[in-house]
Amino acid sequence: MAEPLLLVGRVSHRFGGLLAVNAASLFASESRITALIGPNGAGKTTLFAIISGFLKPSEGKVRYAGEDITGEPPYRLARRGIARTFQIVQPFAGLSVRENILVGAHLRQRSREAALAVVERVASEVGLTGVLDRPADTLTVAARKRLELARALATEPKLLLLDEVLAGLNPSEIRDIVPVIRGLCTRGIAIVMIEHVMQAVMSLAEHVFVLAEGSIIAEGTPAQVAADPVVVEAYLGHGAAARLGGAHAH
Amino acid sequence: MKAFAPIVLVVALFAAVPLVVHSNVILNFLVVALMIALAGQGWNVLGGYGGQYSFGHAAFFGTGAYVTAILQVRYGVNAWVGFATGIAAGALVGAVIGALTFRSGLRGSYFALVTLAFAEVLRISASVAPITGAGVGTLIKLDLRAQAFQFQSRATFYWISLALVALSLLIAKLIERSRFGVWLVAVRENEDAAQALGVDVATVKSAAMVISGAITAAAGCFYAQYFLFVDSGIAYGTWISIEVLLTPIIGGVGTVFGPLFGAMVVKALGEGAQLVTGDAPGLDLVVYGAVLILVIAFMPRGLIGGLAQARQRLMRRPAVEVHHG
Repeated sequence: MAEPLLLVGRVSHRFGGLLAVNAASLFASESRITALIGPNGAGKTTLFAIISGFLKPSEGKVRYAGEDITGEPPYRLARRGIARTFQIVQPFAGLSVRENILVGAHLRQRSREAALAVVERVASEVGLTGVLDRPADTLTVAARKRLELARALATEPKLLLLDEVLAGLNPSEIRDIVPVIRGLCTRGIAIVMIEHVMQAVMSLAEHVFVLAEGSIIAEGTPAQVAADPVVVEAYLGHGAAARLGGAHAH
Repeated sequence: MKAFAPIVLVVALFAAVPLVVHSNVILNFLVVALMIALAGQGWNVLGGYGGQYSFGHAAFFGTGAYVTAILQVRYGVNAWVGFATGIAAGALVGAVIGALTFRSGLRGSYFALVTLAFAEVLRISASVAPITGAGVGTLIKLDLRAQAFQFQSRATFYWISLALVALSLLIAKLIERSRFGVWLVAVRENEDAAQALGVDVATVKSAAMVISGAITAAAGCFYAQYFLFVDSGIAYGTWISIEVLLTPIIGGVGTVFGPLFGAMVVKALGEGAQLVTGDAPGLDLVVYGAVLILVIAFMPRGLIGGLAQARQRLMRRPAVEVHHG
């Protein structure tokens, strides 16, 4: 079998004495949504920062499209086709929505006209067409999340890392954005999403990795992972699986 | 082309001034203000669009002035060649300072302090080095011929300074509309987000510093030709670092016309204060300080930003009511 688009091999990261990520491995392939879940503080965002080049791992390798990209700076990874969104949204606050997306679009388009055309296309794809000329700092939380997504998409990525794009959204906003993400996947983009909204993970992801205390403790289809007692214990504490199993067995 | 119409209009208006005004005092005032506007546009490229606040743009101004003067006086180089070399030297100093500061990741106040240190090191070196004439300075021989870049008439100098300003306005506008400009503004707004979108932050900042250095150096070259005298306190003095950052901040930081507008206002206020109080030393600086505080307190985007906001508010009002109603 060919190597998957993204291959993270036994990556570790240490912040001083704290081992935030401990020999974690995962992979992601084109046209698939891969989820990375885990309790708070498990090291998910740190792992994302390593994949996207914002942090250098203390140990381990990150391979992308068959090449070793460990420790490459973020801007070079973006050129290779890796885009990310930030858990805490990072809009260019002083600029309009259009100008925000334009920054991403210019990665592949040198001319202003071509880049602006990309902006229009991406904005309609994620549903921001109506607010293109609004200052980014006047947007609602949901629209800011969409803007994060739009900017990343404008770079025309092959691999998209989504860090909690659904967090902070209400159920109807989630219902609106889930088809957008699924649409990207059918277009061939490999998506890795960190997510706490389990309902969305269950319906979107094909493959799930569970990170707890820096280590991958389980992986598989959403159904397999949800039934895994190790995962239940990681979320709810030692012995929880047994108690739950006793209460209502599957 | 529509985007460049305001530049053409403003430059045409300025160009007509000597046809109406013949007072040497007023023309002299305008030449100096235009020179500061030019130097300020240099600062604006890096500080306004790129968000990198330099406190040491005297490093570029002084390099331009000294290179122009020294090449003529000591090496007999033609003044125009000296002028061009001065601009190139400013770009080179920009490349060196950019490489040293941005590659090592200096940001914000650390960057500002290091640029100030560079300018001071250059000032102190120039005040002792034999080649600069040390404490005595360098005097360019009076030679009122066009080949020597010297002119009998103030109006000619005025038009030359205006042409340089026009070029700097054009450069700013071109940057605004280019990919490089989009990236530069992205760096100003949020470096991490810019990097994630493929912007090579250090390279973009360094390139801005080179352009910035060249433009501010051009003002220094012009200074040397206009006043025919350079010493370390003038060329590398903190006065120019301050005026160069004041004018865009007061006029409108990160806008094409901010430095020009700011230079006119700041210089007029400075002159006005001197007229009223006689030649009390340092009073112009007090006025600059007061204006700066007022602008930052009430119009953080400068006079141009403030005017634009006021206009928008007036034009938007009906639309907003409809929206809420």
